[in-house]
Amino acid sequence: AATLTPTPRAGAGQDVGRSCILVSVAGKNVMLDCGMHMGFNDDRRFPDFSYITQNGRLTDFLDCVIISHFHLDHCGALPYFSEMVGYDGPIYMTPPTQAICPILLEDYRKIAVDKKGEANFFTSQMIKDCMKKVVAVHLHQTVQVDDELEIKAYYAGHVLGAAMFQIKVGSESVVYTGDYNMTPDRHLGAAWIDRCRPNLLITESTYATTIRDSKRCRERDFLKKVHETVERGGKVLIPVFALGRAQELCILLETFWERMNLKAPIYFSTGLTEKANHYYKLFITWTNQKIRKTFVQRNMFEFKHIKAFDRAFADNPGPMVVFATPGMLHAGQSLQIFRKWAGNEKNMVIMPGYCVQGTVGHKILSGQRKLEMEGRQVLEVKMQVEYMSFSAHADAKGIMQLIGQAEPEHVLLVHGEAKKMEFLKQKIEQEFRVNCYMPANGETVTLPTSPSIPVGISLGLLKREMAQGMLPDAKRPRLLQGTLIMKDSNFRLVSSEQALKELGLAEHQLRFTCRVHLHDARKEQETVMRVYSHLKSILKDHCVQHLPDGSVTVESILIQAAAHSEDPGTKVLLVSWTYQDEELGSYLTSLLKKGLPQAPS
Amino acid sequence: MAAHLKKRVYEEFTKVVQQQQEEIAAKKLRLTKPSKSAALHIDLCKATSPADALQYLLQFARKPVEAESVEGVVRILLEHYYKENDASVRLKIASLLGLLSKTSGFSPDCIMDDAINILQNEKSHQVLAQLLDALLAIGTKLPENQAIQMRLVDVACKHLTDTSHGVRNKCLQLLGNLGSLEKSVTMDAEGLAPRDVQKIIGDYFSDQDPRVRTAAIKAMLQLHERGLKLHQAIYNQACKLLSDDYEQVRSAAVQLIWVVSQLYPESIVPIPSSNEEIRLVDDAFGKICHMVSDGSWVVRVQAAKLLGSMEQVSSHFLEQTLDKKLMSDLRRKRTAHERAKELYSSGEFSSGRKWGDDAPKEEIDTGAVNLIESGACGAFVHGLEDEMFEVRIAAVEALCMLAQSSPSFAEKCLDFLVDMFNDEIEEVRLQSIHTMRKISNNITLREDQLDTVLAVLEDSSRDIREALHELLCCTNVSTKEGIHLALVELLKNLAKYPTDRDSIWKCLKFLGSRHPTLVLPLVPELLSTHPFFDTAEPDMDDPAYIAVLVLIFNAAKTCPTMPALFSDHTFRHYAYLRDSLSHLVPALRLPGRKLVSSAVSPNIVPHEDPSQQFLQQSLERVYSLQHLDPQGTQELLEFTIRDLQRLGELQSELAGVADFSATYLQCQLLLIKALQEKLWNVAAPLYLKQSDLASAAAKQIMEETYKMEFMYSGVENKQVVIIHHMRLQAKALQLIVTARTTRGVDPLFGMCEKFLQEVDFFQRCFIADLPHLQDSFVDKLLDLMPRLMTSKPAEVVKILQTMLRQSTFLHLPLPEQIHKASATIIEPAGESDNPLRFTSGLVVALDVDATLEHVQDPQSTVKVQVLYPDGQAQMIHPKPADFRNPGPGRHRLITQVYLSHTAWTGLSHLARMGRKMCSWGSYPCLEPCQVEVRLLLAYNSSARIPKSPWIEGGEVSPQVETSIEGTIPFSKPVKVYIMPKPARR
Repeated sequence: AATLTPTPRAGAGQDVGRSCILVSVAGKNVMLDCGMHMGFNDDRRFPDFSYITQNGRLTDFLDCVIISHFHLDHCGALPYFSEMVGYDGPIYMTPPTQAICPILLEDYRKIAVDKKGEANFFTSQMIKDCMKKVVAVHLHQTVQVDDELEIKAYYAGHVLGAAMFQIKVGSESVVYTGDYNMTPDRHLGAAWIDRCRPNLLITESTYATTIRDSKRCRERDFLKKVHETVERGGKVLIPVFALGRAQELCILLETFWERMNLKAPIYFSTGLTEKANHYYKLFITWTNQKIRKTFVQRNMFEFKHIKAFDRAFADNPGPMVVFATPGMLHAGQSLQIFRKWAGNEKNMVIMPGYCVQGTVGHKILSGQRKLEMEGRQVLEVKMQVEYMSFSAHADAKGIMQLIGQAEPEHVLLVHGEAKKMEFLKQKIEQEFRVNCYMPANGETVTLPTSPSIPVGISLGLLKREMAQGMLPDAKRPRLLQGTLIMKDSNFRLVSSEQALKELGLAEHQLRFTCRVHLHDARKEQETVMRVYSHLKSILKDHCVQHLPDGSVTVESILIQAAAHSEDPGTKVLLVSWTYQDEELGSYLTSLLKKGLPQAPS
Repeated sequence: MAAHLKKRVYEEFTKVVQQQQEEIAAKKLRLTKPSKSAALHIDLCKATSPADALQYLLQFARKPVEAESVEGVVRILLEHYYKENDASVRLKIASLLGLLSKTSGFSPDCIMDDAINILQNEKSHQVLAQLLDALLAIGTKLPENQAIQMRLVDVACKHLTDTSHGVRNKCLQLLGNLGSLEKSVTMDAEGLAPRDVQKIIGDYFSDQDPRVRTAAIKAMLQLHERGLKLHQAIYNQACKLLSDDYEQVRSAAVQLIWVVSQLYPESIVPIPSSNEEIRLVDDAFGKICHMVSDGSWVVRVQAAKLLGSMEQVSSHFLEQTLDKKLMSDLRRKRTAHERAKELYSSGEFSSGRKWGDDAPKEEIDTGAVNLIESGACGAFVHGLEDEMFEVRIAAVEALCMLAQSSPSFAEKCLDFLVDMFNDEIEEVRLQSIHTMRKISNNITLREDQLDTVLAVLEDSSRDIREALHELLCCTNVSTKEGIHLALVELLKNLAKYPTDRDSIWKCLKFLGSRHPTLVLPLVPELLSTHPFFDTAEPDMDDPAYIAVLVLIFNAAKTCPTMPALFSDHTFRHYAYLRDSLSHLVPALRLPGRKLVSSAVSPNIVPHEDPSQQFLQQSLERVYSLQHLDPQGTQELLEFTIRDLQRLGELQSELAGVADFSATYLQCQLLLIKALQEKLWNVAAPLYLKQSDLASAAAKQIMEETYKMEFMYSGVENKQVVIIHHMRLQAKALQLIVTARTTRGVDPLFGMCEKFLQEVDFFQRCFIADLPHLQDSFVDKLLDLMPRLMTSKPAEVVKILQTMLRQSTFLHLPLPEQIHKASATIIEPAGESDNPLRFTSGLVVALDVDATLEHVQDPQSTVKVQVLYPDGQAQMIHPKPADFRNPGPGRHRLITQVYLSHTAWTGLSHLARMGRKMCSWGSYPCLEPCQVEVRLLLAYNSSARIPKSPWIEGGEVSPQVETSIEGTIPFSKPVKVYIMPKPARR
């Protein structure tokens, strides 16, 4: 039978970052995501592609590459993979991902090459060339990659354009979720999949051991804090990463400002955000219900209250809200603004995400009030520090919900920590009774599948069967006699006569005969008569006949009696039936073996 | 001789009219009956191809068919049906059969046999389905005929095994609609093979086609709706369908489960894979809760809606719906709600949250965590967070219904409702505020919750703010800080949106009267009084100060110690406000002062009865005094009217009755006065001047009667008769006056006839009430009707005159509940000196905000009238969506009226303006002017008249009375100062 062999390639397995999974479905090889690791600056940041084919070209081996969304840990290694390692096959992604992905890659390249001065990195031209190989897939569109392989995208709700992909070859299918979110937020809807019953579901498990609180409380807290600070004339700094959460927070503040008629300015530090916002405006169909429904009146991403930030604005008096990059306060504009505002207790900084150890963000979150800056300066932090987590991954409940929606045969967990995955694995196996796997990086899992094989049945046979019995009852299996013909990998069920005709064979008769010994001292004729009357009394709805030549027939089964050659007290009953009457024949023999009832005489 | 001739002319004339009418009716019958079927027959015979025939049929289907000719048409159709080979034509015929059998007044039992016959030979599945549909129409038309129903059910069962899903669908529909209810009785009686309809339908729950499965469930629901008690066994079958692949099946299955759970709430079902058993309603509740996180939003909406009506569910399960166990890294975590509650109870409210504040606490036993809760866990948490606002609204509604029936649940769901105040969709926010108001008597808001609620006061949507004010009116607050917080936020709201003034004052009125003890300790602070020093007197016109005073005075009403804290100017302000805003400031008993309203003691209740008595007595006095001399009657009437009007002003509860009766007496007074005039004896030319008075009286009576009929809610038929009677008298008066003043007889003919028609109409409409009208004008009139019909106008007038004078004064029975419709325009206020500026030639939108009291069906009756300076009036029909219904009997109209400059700079205006042409252009320099805005109540007299069956029957009713449409102004006009600016070139 066919097998599925998903292999997490140097990443993604039990780790966050560097998502890259190789799946073989019925002989087709598909690579899912092509991410990089943000933590490394050497070769380890890209997946080890030599692993895929020890020698030989990647293009020959891979049928296609699928990118789930534009985060760098899912698409960062793409130009390296396609241009430097060499891959010329199709790359599939959704239109928003296709639009935003090159911006992020370019930004990443700039930082790596221009700022850090790294060599042996992909160039702008390589990004462009790579993007030329991309084929866009729309939601719920089925794309035929080749004659057998087809892929289909579902909404994932993680970031704009994030998608889950179904990969299908023949009757076997795999669903890869990428990152997804089961609770809607201010700008994106919830992930959704139909009941496609794939053989395997590969799901992320970032929050495998977390059940989150309602989003509303967090939002309300956030808004309340911003509002209060602005009302008492303070300034609010929100360090963000350029894409994804930033847009959600913008929408949140924008609508709040609109609702509450607030006048304080909101600024967004420029950079790649402007370009990205442009795409958010374009891809309205990928956003949530509210934005989709109201965009005819007004596109929610055309912010009324949010303006571009200028360095000089930071010193303006009066309240304001500023979104600045980067998110962990380790460098750049957000840190500059932070230094300016930190001394005033009226101000506030809100960290909307997790901060890596060692960054300013992490220090202030852990309560440090005096920070040493470069040049031995000591910065006293008087401003309020708040933490607000806005995350767009499905929590444990969400993961279970998705599994419930898709009803897969097997589940494979990736993109998470081993210990947490263990818990979820146990839960999945317990509650859905499906097998669950969690391979490590580089490990291959092979799953046997039981493919369903379609068999054609001839109409004549079907009609004959229908005529014989009651209507087919969905609840009960029915026995049907026919001949299975396997020819050129296609199966047909036909009646035996037709099979014989087609194959040019003569029909053979198969007859069973059986001897039954009866203790009966009487004459043969009388024995036959007794057998006849006995069968007649038992088999009421069958045609039992006593033939003049001294034999008994039940339908087409022949029974003859003869005296035993050695023991005259024993009669031998010869029962003979054809293969078709096997059922009745064996029943008769067992009946006769029990002996005849004692004659009344 | 001449008189005799005229009389003959008159007689002949009337006769001719009647004959004509008959002729028309007869003609109509003769023409229509044969034409329909015959024409159809000819058409169908003419048709050469199926497409042609189809065209004819389509044309035929556009026009209705009379009940008498249906059978003929059906026969022709059937005849054609047998001959037709094309399936599409047969399909159309089948659909026509269904349509025709629905014709009212036609009994379709005669065509049923044919329909069943053709069904047996039909091969096409589509036609078959359509025929079954026709049978369904026939069957539903004959609900009493058991035999036919049985036969149809038989037919349906026979075709249930059809291979086409369409046919099976229709069969199931038939079974659902016609399946016999009293199975055992009819079976015994007729000896037919018993059919268990429920079982037959139930078998199709597992059909291979999802459409058929849906139809089967729908049929089952239909059986339930028709009153058949479903078996409990269906429950298990339906539960299996909850995991169907198709959303419509799941959606219907949820409904079915709900139905069964309402039928057998207390029976016990086992929990699979355990030995425990639970009540069926709890089990169903859990299952429906599970569907709130279904993949399809249609199902989610359905499930969320149904949850609201499952009131018998045990509180344990109910409270689970709000429960969601949080965890982080396998450790138990508290929800934000729990943390807020703890913070509050530890007295540390509003401390800023720190990093790690929500750090998870204890470890969780991994085995005990159930990620997919069977049962109700967190259903509402999911529903309220749903992606689609339809689901969220449904969940809020369900919460509301459940909370109304369970106070403990209401307390628990509060946190979640408060959260919904920040939803992104306004509708959802509004809905949750309304919900909160509805359950407000079950809850007390915690301070942190109040804080969140009050934050919404800054919302830019007026609806939201006003809904919130309404909510605060009936909220219980637990602490004095809460009251203070609410006041502060409301004042902030007032500063930001000054238009909310009235709503905020009203809100504070209730807030004060609900929490007197909580307001008491706040008084010194609020009034900023000082124990030793006199503080500056606040500005009396400051809306914020008035707001504070409204709160305090209303609290002081039930808190006698409070006035001791007032300073002198507060008492002065009290006196002023009590007069100017009497609806907001209650009467207080102030110590050591001349009691401002000593008459009003706290127990007002006994005072109501005397005034009621007074009303009754004064009315009785009037009714008994009809035979006094006219002078005395007049005086008495005048006095009584004055009394009643004053009473209405004093006692708001009796205002409706008092006004209503006063208006009636006013009419009577006018009538008496008019009849008193000496004009009746004087020759025509002399009383021309005086007749003004009589005709004016007639006119006024007419107007007043329309007001009586349409401006009061709760007017019953008894009163309508009297009102119409009064109007009839007014019309008689009008006729007499006209007869006296006009020379020549010709116009009188028409008038007399019209009047007599009206009398006739009155008789027909109120035939049932005529016995009550003995000795009245109309009673006498009807006695003389035959004579009047044949009399010439002069004679008629004479008779009418004597009868009017002899007629008695009819007693007006008082209705139980009567309220006068009234409207107050809040916005525009009409006091502004700043003109509304706009460019001439363009339109300006004027915001109109008005409250309507006791208006029935305001959407269709209330209009806005704009009067321009040149006397032009414009009537504007507000959109139905502009009306809001904040409470019973009250409506709120918030709309925009578009004014345009060209609307009144017609000729007259331009002529007036002509002198002031500007030097630089031909545009007139426009001066500010005032536009009047008022509300009108439109009425249509046909609406009130009771329908008697024969009017519907098609007889030609007189056109005079049936539809008089008019408007009654029912609000004070408001002047708006506007100034158009010349357009820039």
